[in-house]
Amino acid sequence: MKRGVARPPALRDPWWLALPLILVALAFAALFLLLPLVAVFGYAFEKGWDVFVTAIGDPDAREAIRLTVQVAAISVPANLVFGIAAAWLVTRFEFRGKGLLVSLIDLPFAVSPVIAGLVYVLLFGLHGWLGEWLAERDIHVIFALPGIVLATVFVTFPIVARELIPLMQAQGDEEEQAARTLGASGFTMFWRVTLPKIGWGLLYGVILCNARAMGEFGAVSVVSGHIRGLTNTMPLHVEILYNEYQSTAAFAVAALLALLALVTLVLKHAIGWRIARTTSDESSTEARP
Amino acid sequence: MRIFRRQALPGFGLTLGLVLSYLTLIVLLPLAALVLKSASIGPHEFWAAATSPRALAAYRVTFGSAALAGLVNLVFGTLLAWVLVRYRFPGRGFIDALVDLPFALPTAVAGITLTALYAGNGPLGRWIEAAGYKVAYTPNGIVVALVFVSLPFIVRSVQPVLESLEADVEEAAATLGAGRLTILAKVILPALWPAILAGFALAFARSIGEYGSVIFIAGNMPMVSEIAPLLIVAKLDQRDYAGAAAIAVVILAVSFAVLLAINLVQLWLVRRRSAKAVR
Repeated sequence: MKRGVARPPALRDPWWLALPLILVALAFAALFLLLPLVAVFGYAFEKGWDVFVTAIGDPDAREAIRLTVQVAAISVPANLVFGIAAAWLVTRFEFRGKGLLVSLIDLPFAVSPVIAGLVYVLLFGLHGWLGEWLAERDIHVIFALPGIVLATVFVTFPIVARELIPLMQAQGDEEEQAARTLGASGFTMFWRVTLPKIGWGLLYGVILCNARAMGEFGAVSVVSGHIRGLTNTMPLHVEILYNEYQSTAAFAVAALLALLALVTLVLKHAIGWRIARTTSDESSTEARP
Repeated sequence: MRIFRRQALPGFGLTLGLVLSYLTLIVLLPLAALVLKSASIGPHEFWAAATSPRALAAYRVTFGSAALAGLVNLVFGTLLAWVLVRYRFPGRGFIDALVDLPFALPTAVAGITLTALYAGNGPLGRWIEAAGYKVAYTPNGIVVALVFVSLPFIVRSVQPVLESLEADVEEAAATLGAGRLTILAKVILPALWPAILAGFALAFARSIGEYGSVIFIAGNMPMVSEIAPLLIVAKLDQRDYAGAAAIAVVILAVSFAVLLAINLVQLWLVRRRSAKAVR
């Protein structure tokens, strides 16, 4: 990281240039970033702590929280396994079509969440390609948990791989090579060498994936059917409450999600700092003669 | 010096199989189902569904707002990146961390919060309406929501390039007597363009698909403030699956085209710069 490099005086901007630029940038950040964040909590606690607690304790809200945790508990581990496999494949082997594969892994980021939901409705919905077959066997995908999980997995698909690929690329495979030469099995090599090496990056990928899984709205909204207390996740519950003019209750549930986002941001910065420190330690030891 | 003889690491077959089957099942097959569905109605009906007046109006709103929000961020996002990298001031680390907020905050939460802020009785909306403008429940609201959602794309795209910009070129320009503004315009900005463009394209691609943060603040009037993703949902609610698929294919095609174009432009810019450097 090159932050904090001291610049020669000739390149330092004069205060009459720096100060207005800083002020305009800060005003923009305050208006578009800080104000919305503060407002979520402001509106949630507008009518006091008791109203907030009542809104969170409402059975429908509790059911929404339970479903959201359940969906994340299935989709995050699935994408974790995929992310590690994809990063290992892309950074440790050379093969034809690798560039295409990397683009395909990123593909879900370019797809609108609404379309991510739509594709599963077209596949598994009552009028979809597999709709009749599923209906005959009384298997519910759309308007049920499997559809919500599928849509969530689709939307959060590339996140873990995206965090791991640059990290593993930078780390190289020397240690894994050493472990193999010393006779470690593939599993031991992965468990004792690779996993500790990528630990912090992996943790951040999982945290971000979890935050996005719990907060996904568009894709889940299309497949869930909005059945209260049954297929309603937290973001969908926020929408229902808001549209019923229960603004404070909507913001109470929203504040829980915003808190999750805040924790994610704090961890990201703590972990980013840790990764930067460990990699700079490594490079400084390598630089020694 | 390499001490160990290079050998193939294990797991190629396992990870390749896992990645390909997961990718096919979760992403490729469902997307193929979408394309097949839109193709199943025949070219005439597809064209009619994809270019109905309501759909055309929705594209106009979607692409127009996305471009406008991208332009706002092109200016202010680049400025924010510049200020965060080049200047030291109290609260810098905090603002830097806050830039990721739109990535982490669920879109529905952003949507209801921005609506509450910009509605006529909200703290910002009150001032704006007193000045004779309206943001919430108009197309302006869509732009505000998209500025919020797509801000990190430009900042995070420009920041690393600014950080890695070598000081010696600037120094040389300064030694040769170039003023600070000349250096900004002639040395720094040209080096940043590929990153700014890439950030703009990512922001635009994200914005045209955005749903959660927009639908609360937009007012959602067909022909006026209805975005294309919402029209897809409306078609689905009417059980017009082929119509929904047709509009989805148009949106997808535009996203992919934008991302492909930006990759090509970036490649071209990088080649041109390195060709210049060789000369």
